[in-house]
Amino acid sequence: MAQVSMTVNGKSVSGDVEGRTLLSSFLRDHLSLTGTHVGCDTGQCGACVVHVNGESVKSCNMLAVEADGAEVGTIEGQANPDGSLNVIQQAFQEHHGLQCGFCTPGMVMSAAALLKENPKPTEAEIREYLEGNICRCTGYHNIVKAIMAASGQDVGAIAAE
Amino acid sequence: MYSFEFEKPSTIAEAVAALGAEEAQALGGGQTLIPTLKQRLAAPAKLVSLSGIAELKGVCVEDDGALAIGGGTTHATVAREAADKYPALADLASHIGDPAVRNRGTIGGSLANNDPSACYPAAVLASGATIRTNSRDIAADDFFQGMFTTALADGEIITSVRFPVPQAANYQKFLQPASRFALVGVFVARFADGVRVAVTGASEDGVFRWTEAEQALSADFRPDAVKDLKVDPSGMIGDLHGSKEYRAHLVGVMTRRAVAAAG
Repeated sequence: MAQVSMTVNGKSVSGDVEGRTLLSSFLRDHLSLTGTHVGCDTGQCGACVVHVNGESVKSCNMLAVEADGAEVGTIEGQANPDGSLNVIQQAFQEHHGLQCGFCTPGMVMSAAALLKENPKPTEAEIREYLEGNICRCTGYHNIVKAIMAASGQDVGAIAAE
Repeated sequence: MYSFEFEKPSTIAEAVAALGAEEAQALGGGQTLIPTLKQRLAAPAKLVSLSGIAELKGVCVEDDGALAIGGGTTHATVAREAADKYPALADLASHIGDPAVRNRGTIGGSLANNDPSACYPAAVLASGATIRTNSRDIAADDFFQGMFTTALADGEIITSVRFPVPQAANYQKFLQPASRFALVGVFVARFADGVRVAVTGASEDGVFRWTEAEQALSADFRPDAVKDLKVDPSGMIGDLHGSKEYRAHLVGVMTRRAVAAAG
């Protein structure tokens, strides 16, 4: 066992983990932050995307010990300080960017990483950035619309497919 | 995943010492190794993380203009920091996997793994790059030794990769629609003394140089120069995503596209 300490959503946390404990398990099972979802558990679906030192990573594909000392951001830290939905979450709601909601935490975290890097992405850039986030309900269209809206751009420009 | 001991050294020397242990395995970004461990396809007694070694990270230009990339440099960093110096390489790095994978996966990890469908081996072989390890320099032509096999000895670490920068280059990848790995990927690099063409995804022996195309393109760097060349389908990978003949055909198509795009 090893002790790990990190900052998660601005709070200092620590815990004893095995070398093989995944970051996703540490967040969900040790910290009870179950908003981070584990879908495929193979690094493909993106439901487990969190931010580590400001960059999106698949938390099921990273050991918890590798995040020792890191700043970690999860979906639980995305809402505004008063508890209201942030601009991306609000846009997902308004544009029906989710149906079952399982992929949504990863989608929102990826969208946040994209908008930090590229505040006004084109539709093509959004679709390419979401390559590692799989959604089986929406057909992606409303997710793309939501991210366009969250970036302050006109969603009317996106033609229905 | 089976249990293992975990160690995170902060220097190359410490990492080499840690890897001297029985059944020790280096961990780069873990984007292939962790899924492999989960499937219990590998069971190291000790995992030695290379992510805490600052001297393995970064992109810099050497005195002779070659680009040196630390073995622990992520794909995202290469995409960003090599964009001005070697645009074709940066473009390749910017299309590996997906953004979250690119934030963790490293060039050294990709090369040491030598997946037959990985992108980086094509760039390294076509550029005539040199793989530098903790103990020696290995020419790209000697490094890749077949699917998932390299010249690396047990416990040897890729410290950096030195890329001569070509006059013109381009990488074209035909995506396998499910995995998004290269079904066939071709990297074409034109240097003052000739053209090199490396193909990934296609062969059962992993990345290879298409020497007939190199000769034709060295004489005449236009897509038409290779239009009549045929690749022998025997030895190509054949699976449900594409037959041997289909991959052999794609090698020609991707080569022509890469030459056209390289200009």
